[in-house]
Amino acid sequence: MKVAVLKGGRSLERGVSLRSAARVEDALERLGHEAVAIDADGDLVRRLRDSSPDVAFVAMHGRGGEDGTAQELLEILGVPFTGPGVAACGRCMDKVAAKQVLRGAGVPTPDWFAFNETAFRELGAADALPTLGERLGFPLVVKPGRGGSALGVKFASSPAEVPAALVSAFSYDDRVLLERFVEGRELAVSVLGSEPLPIVEAIPADGDRYDFEARYEIGRTEFACPARLDDAAAEAVTTTALAAFEALGCSGFSRVDLILGAEGPQVLEVNAIPGLTDTSLLPQAAEAAGISFEELVERILELAPRPAAA
Amino acid sequence: MVEPPHRRRAHTRTRDLERYAGLFAERTGVMRSSAMRDLMAITARPEVISLAGGLPDTSTFPAGTFAAQMTRIAQESTAEALQYGPTEGFEETVDCILEVMGAEGMLPDPDDVIVTTGGQQAIDLVSKTLVDPGDVVICEAPTYPGAVPVFCSYQAEVVQIDCDEDGMRIEELEAVLAGLDAEGRRPKFVYTVPSFQNPAGVTLSLERRRRLVELARQRELLVVEDNPYGLLRFSGDPLPPLYQLDGGDFVIYIGTFSKILSPGIRLGWAVAPPPVMEKIVLGKQAADLCTSTLTQHFVREYFAEGRWREYIADLIGIYHGRRDVMVGALREHFPAEATWTEPEGGLFIWATLPEYIDTGDLLAKALREDVAFVPGQAAYADESRGRNSMRLNFSGVGEDEIREGIRRIGAAVGEQVELYQALTGEYAQGSSHPGMPGREAEDMPGIDATKPSAGPGRYLTSPGPAEGPADHGEGGDVLPFRKESA
Repeated sequence: MKVAVLKGGRSLERGVSLRSAARVEDALERLGHEAVAIDADGDLVRRLRDSSPDVAFVAMHGRGGEDGTAQELLEILGVPFTGPGVAACGRCMDKVAAKQVLRGAGVPTPDWFAFNETAFRELGAADALPTLGERLGFPLVVKPGRGGSALGVKFASSPAEVPAALVSAFSYDDRVLLERFVEGRELAVSVLGSEPLPIVEAIPADGDRYDFEARYEIGRTEFACPARLDDAAAEAVTTTALAAFEALGCSGFSRVDLILGAEGPQVLEVNAIPGLTDTSLLPQAAEAAGISFEELVERILELAPRPAAA
Repeated sequence: MVEPPHRRRAHTRTRDLERYAGLFAERTGVMRSSAMRDLMAITARPEVISLAGGLPDTSTFPAGTFAAQMTRIAQESTAEALQYGPTEGFEETVDCILEVMGAEGMLPDPDDVIVTTGGQQAIDLVSKTLVDPGDVVICEAPTYPGAVPVFCSYQAEVVQIDCDEDGMRIEELEAVLAGLDAEGRRPKFVYTVPSFQNPAGVTLSLERRRRLVELARQRELLVVEDNPYGLLRFSGDPLPPLYQLDGGDFVIYIGTFSKILSPGIRLGWAVAPPPVMEKIVLGKQAADLCTSTLTQHFVREYFAEGRWREYIADLIGIYHGRRDVMVGALREHFPAEATWTEPEGGLFIWATLPEYIDTGDLLAKALREDVAFVPGQAAYADESRGRNSMRLNFSGVGEDEIREGIRRIGAAVGEQVELYQALTGEYAQGSSHPGMPGREAEDMPGIDATKPSAGPGRYLTSPGPAEGPADHGEGGDVLPFRKESA
């Protein structure tokens, strides 16, 4: 099979994407497929047309590749592709939209408020900040509305720290959310097809908060897979993750990040196209389930929707 | 080109990672990839105007000269140029080094000199020779971003001394030394880039140079003087290197051909007193036996031609023009709240923004406009510092690009300043201006009106323990050295 591997692009997560894609390309060759690597730029459509692949493996993270943009082009060109569809990607990338969907579907997610820049610049939203702080409590979390990894995610431990945290978050997007901080264990559930893979727990190395850099570096964060949870907790986490996956309309594969606090599991976000690097969580979870990286790639390909009429 | 035969390694599995991780030396735990590595990957895209590099301009080096010299090496010295050489380097290379050092008034004993694989290796060898885990190494704040990983890889405890427009604050150094004395600790060395410092662009004043050398003598303290840019002075009077003031007893000197000829040839050097040099030579032997003989031949040929000073003069002309353009653009496009240094030489300007701006996040915004710089945190061992500063390089790109690059960064900064003002108009007003009573501070319990408002704590999808962000520590990180306004 001829597989176009879409990677890179202009996203801030370009570097991670290139590492994910390199592994995928390699696995494809081992599996006997023909891999055509395409760094997504102005030539994307032309290159897809020229190579006319049987299927596209989307190994892009962040804007352009994980938000439905590339998927939309693939749909127009009639090329089947891996991972969630246009709408699901769009919803997952926009944390605010995702949380609204989750809440609507009864999937627990921490309380939040969302603002766009106009609200502050033109509508005096700053006046609402004290109220909002009271409602969410401190510390609270400030996140860019869209964007992956931990880029721009700040932690405000007092009202005085909120404005600078907002300035940082607005560096990534024109919409931000302020979210209630939930203390608990950091868990990730990857879903392959409709099957949950073993739960991964991220345990920050002493003192280190689990941050963007730690995420991609060996030795900075320890991962336990399967996470040491009692059966009831594991069941609750898995059920919640699957509910989130379904509510957002994901398909193929995705990764649900949750926090397990005193009030049970809550969904923080869903990564439509999670990382596939050496240290990424999805491959680790697959491995714990006895699925090798090659098998994982093959399964993801099989899950790519085929055109209705051959 | 035919693809050479190769195999692809099987995928690393979790247990492989664990197996290797179990074998890693303890020091690898502190060997971190340089900060913001992934963001920096994007700066390499061709459409990005990168003010992030530290590159000298090699485009004006005459190709004809290069070709003629390499041809001469091939014709006259092929066997030697392709052979191993002495660990200390060729005598002829040392002669070139003496010429360069002589140009700044230094007169070292040739036996005290070792040729190294770039100045970077000299920093590594000096650290390897002197630093045990837990030893204190003192350097400037901010310091050369490439030195931090070296010190960390030898598990040094890095103590940084703030700079102002006259370089490292020696009074602060004395206070730190006294504090260490009280703990019964002695720093292994003080690392400094005294002239046109990377990244701050500042130069240690003559008075402070004298005082530092005096301190070194009194306390028998080693000073490592890293001087890649000393000859690249555009304005002001030359200052004597620490090595010259000290005579080479307590100052270990590090030099390089990278900024006056080529970084690609990887030729630097160290000058140290004989007992130290003996260990450095052994360390060099263990590291790589000898420095490239081929490029040492190139330097020899290049210096034999006798035009090296003219080439430096050309570079100075180019860099001077570019610095002026950058300073002009900063005045035009950076908001009134920003400050920056105005170096008299070298390659870098250090700009400092209001403390509520995190330059790591600003870089993400700037990259959307296809422009890049180095976030200030790279210049600190404690990554919570330097968060509102940035290093801007003016040697590696042309004047038009500098102008446009600064315009774009200035626009991004301006938007952040405006947003912050909108945010703080009625909220937490006092917090960003220590000393000013914040109205909200009285109304809302829990606001510490004197605390810096920038929250450096980073955290991901879910936080760790409910603690506040890391403390800013010393407070006034690098203070704006010189305020330039339009």
